[in-house]
Amino acid sequence: MINLKINGIDVEAKEGSTVLDAAKEYGFDIPTLCYYPDLRINSDCRVCSVEVAGSNHLMTACSTPVKEGMEVKTNTSKVYNARKTITELILANHDTNCTTCARNLNCELQDLANTLGIEENRFEKVLEMDAVDDHNPSIYRNPNRCIKCGRCIEVCKDVEGTYVLENQGRSNEVKVAPKYGKYLSEEDCTFCGQCASVCPVAAITEKDDTQRVFDAINNPNKHVIVQVAPAIRVAIGEEFGHKSGGQWTGQLITALKRLGFDRVFDTDFTADLTIIEEGHELLERVKTGGTLPMMTSCCPGWINYAEQQHPDMLEHLSTCKSPQQMFGALAKTYYAQSSGIDPSDMYVVSIMPCTAKKYEAGREEMQSNEGMQDVDAVLTTRELAKMIRSQGINFNNLKDGEFDTPFGITTGAAAIFGATGGVMEAALRTVSEVVNEKPLEKIEFEDVRGFDGIKEATVELGGNPVKVAVAHTLKHAETLISEVKAGKSDYAFIEVMTCPGGCIGGGGQPYGTTNKKRIERIESTYRVDDSMPVRKSHENPTIQKLYDDFLEKPLGKKSHNLLHTHYHPRHKKV
Amino acid sequence: MPEQKMLTKRIGDINPLSIKDALEKGTYKQLEKALKMNRIDLIDEVEKANLRGRGGAGFPMHIKMMSTAKQESTPKYVVCNADEGEPGNFKDRYLMENDPHIILEGILIAAYATGASKGYFYIRGEYNQAISIMKWAIEEAKENGLLGTGIQGSDFDFDIEIRTGAGSYVVGEEFAMIESIEGKSGRTRVKPPFPTDEGVFGKPTLLNNVETYCNLPFIVDMGGENYSKIGTKTSTGTKLISLSGNVTNPGVYEVPFGTTVREVIEDLGGGVPNEHKIKMVQLGGACGPIIPEFMLDLQIDFERFEEFESKTGAGAIIVMDERQDLFEVLMRIVKFFQHESCGRCTPCREGHVHLEKLVHSFFKGDGNPNELYSLESLARVMHHSSLCGLGQSSPISIISSLSYFRDAFHDRMAFGGGEK
Repeated sequence: MINLKINGIDVEAKEGSTVLDAAKEYGFDIPTLCYYPDLRINSDCRVCSVEVAGSNHLMTACSTPVKEGMEVKTNTSKVYNARKTITELILANHDTNCTTCARNLNCELQDLANTLGIEENRFEKVLEMDAVDDHNPSIYRNPNRCIKCGRCIEVCKDVEGTYVLENQGRSNEVKVAPKYGKYLSEEDCTFCGQCASVCPVAAITEKDDTQRVFDAINNPNKHVIVQVAPAIRVAIGEEFGHKSGGQWTGQLITALKRLGFDRVFDTDFTADLTIIEEGHELLERVKTGGTLPMMTSCCPGWINYAEQQHPDMLEHLSTCKSPQQMFGALAKTYYAQSSGIDPSDMYVVSIMPCTAKKYEAGREEMQSNEGMQDVDAVLTTRELAKMIRSQGINFNNLKDGEFDTPFGITTGAAAIFGATGGVMEAALRTVSEVVNEKPLEKIEFEDVRGFDGIKEATVELGGNPVKVAVAHTLKHAETLISEVKAGKSDYAFIEVMTCPGGCIGGGGQPYGTTNKKRIERIESTYRVDDSMPVRKSHENPTIQKLYDDFLEKPLGKKSHNLLHTHYHPRHKKV
Repeated sequence: MPEQKMLTKRIGDINPLSIKDALEKGTYKQLEKALKMNRIDLIDEVEKANLRGRGGAGFPMHIKMMSTAKQESTPKYVVCNADEGEPGNFKDRYLMENDPHIILEGILIAAYATGASKGYFYIRGEYNQAISIMKWAIEEAKENGLLGTGIQGSDFDFDIEIRTGAGSYVVGEEFAMIESIEGKSGRTRVKPPFPTDEGVFGKPTLLNNVETYCNLPFIVDMGGENYSKIGTKTSTGTKLISLSGNVTNPGVYEVPFGTTVREVIEDLGGGVPNEHKIKMVQLGGACGPIIPEFMLDLQIDFERFEEFESKTGAGAIIVMDERQDLFEVLMRIVKFFQHESCGRCTPCREGHVHLEKLVHSFFKGDGNPNELYSLESLARVMHHSSLCGLGQSSPISIISSLSYFRDAFHDRMAFGGGEK
């Protein structure tokens, strides 16, 4: 342990920890702005400046390691004046129309200004308004709100390895933007939305689709149905003041019903269906010598990345649509037929933890009826929370509701889709029982659980050992891809999720998502699985009924038309 | 006090384009001697000499050398900072254009002592002639077995590559330079880790100014103890001064530490011409303090300069006579830094814009007490909390002007009764 003094108090801190950590431990809150847990520390904003004895210059608490005998002061007038001045400087170059901002009252800059007691700005406004980028269906970038903290650059570069956002120019003309000032849609953006999730202000947000959904709900001629992804139920409560690690399925359903959706369905249902189709596809590929390793295709950020960066790898992608799109396809065919509703009178909404899902829903392949998208609108967890609040629905006082039929009965296997390794585990539960023709003794596949960037496992299928791997974040996926390209990969099946921790850590999840929270949401996900009466997709009785009544058999003609898709190489625009 | 030529002794007498000439006049003799010494003993001599960095910050050279030498990670790099971008400084250019081999000899001694195998010589892009001469010198050194493998028959291998800047001032800052060498845009990094731990490509790196390296052959020659007798007790050796402005004989002068600013201006520079009077002098370059005439008896040494909270070790003296307007000078300085800020940290990126606006108010004669307060407070915050040397030192001209020429600010207030 290291001994130091903070504001005159003797403090013990772990070696290698920072002044920020040590101060926090002892009840001294140092304000920060560019600092974000899990991201590389740049100390660019300088808000966390503190005095350290022996230095005339202030030091940033986030980047200064504790040292034996160090004397730190966190609240002198020199420090306070610096923090205040720095914040005023940021505000002078920021679009401060707070009341008409998506982050009003949920903004780290606003909080900081409030904490520091800034009531007027000594500095003249120097903001020059710049054009916003709304040229894609997922992400909205407003440079006038950007405070150049660099978090989005770090997450894009360091966490995802996608290098889309960069600092452009220098001095006060610095802009955080895609290279050469292009639109996100012109660069290789996967729309994963991790940038939006770490942005402290509203410089990068999801594209707001709430009004479109309100319009549909208020249209008496529309039958509006909603599907909820597995990762929403373990996160939505955080929007209403709860700690991470809980699950709020029942309240979530009631809130959606109160919002006026005609039917509330569960994406978990089509997650089970994905497992049946994808499991059979894997077995088919193994049997017929198809392209291996097969790679999962539920994650739209990953699909975008594969199409952009690895057009020669598209054969490896499972042809299965994602659960969201399988749901959309069935909703506007099977459900429309069985309930006697014209699909053109139907409006399908998804609640997703993800911003790339907005892009996916608009893909031209996703039309089971000509000229009509299967999914009409995609909302993130944050957008849903906004709708709930705007309608005066008191989430925390809601009684538990239940999903509607026919897409309401699901399994534990589907519930874990939201966690990294979850799709793999769900698939392994089904594939092993189908191949080995006997029930698993232990259905938990511990090797594919956890927060490691790359996980692998070996399973016995028909007496043969089969290797599988799981990667979360595109940076880790890239490692597995290079192995495949180099011919060094002996995996049969690889799961890829773009966001850290999987969908529970998606770009559309509540603000303040950190790896610690991700791990808590994952634990909660496994608790949901444990509590389910059925925990294997192939044992879902409604799935069996769906095949009997409509789809006939896995990989059959109807499945092929409705549940499978294809991918396009995308050429880089230079 | 007269000049004391050591580093510049052979200049004028040596042909910079001839290694033959350099060898005949003794260059690389000290390298030969150093290569026979134990590396640690060599660093000990540098410690005894108390050599401090000549680029501005004045950091003790032996600490950097020892820290690099102790690292186990390889390869290690030596970087020579020849990006002399500070306005008012031209002494490194003088060395490069006139005696390139003394620089290479110094770099080679440092590389040997620290176990470095590769060097980068980073020259300011505008220094065309210096670039050509250094390139020529490196080629000739290679041909003569002074670069490459088995240098002077020893087992010491070292090669050096020239890198040129693209017009950015901030790449003179050590980490911005390292980023630039790596092919990235010139923006500084967070410290720690320091370059000696993780520098170029994440490897241990010794980075110093041209003039600093040039001292090493002399330390090897006379021994650390003898070297330490030059100058003052705490600031040893000589200092190259770039003298410019309203002075009869501008140029580069080499003086022992302890010489006063007045001696340099009057005895060496011949004073201000045409019976004009010195009004103010800026020390170190655009990033240094502006002092009034009555302070010119200030000694040139690290301790005195540090009292200004400034890193003026680069050694520029810019003389301005009574015809110069302080606010015109400040405007030029603040515009320069506003343009050169890399835009990474808030105080520097956003601060310069407002610094310029506030100085402009006084320049126009439109200032007011609130602006005076804001200017002072902003300049101090930028000085205290910017990430790198640029933002930390750019407000020093303003801070010092507020100390020594405060009346001038009052005179430029809209209702201050002063001249408009």
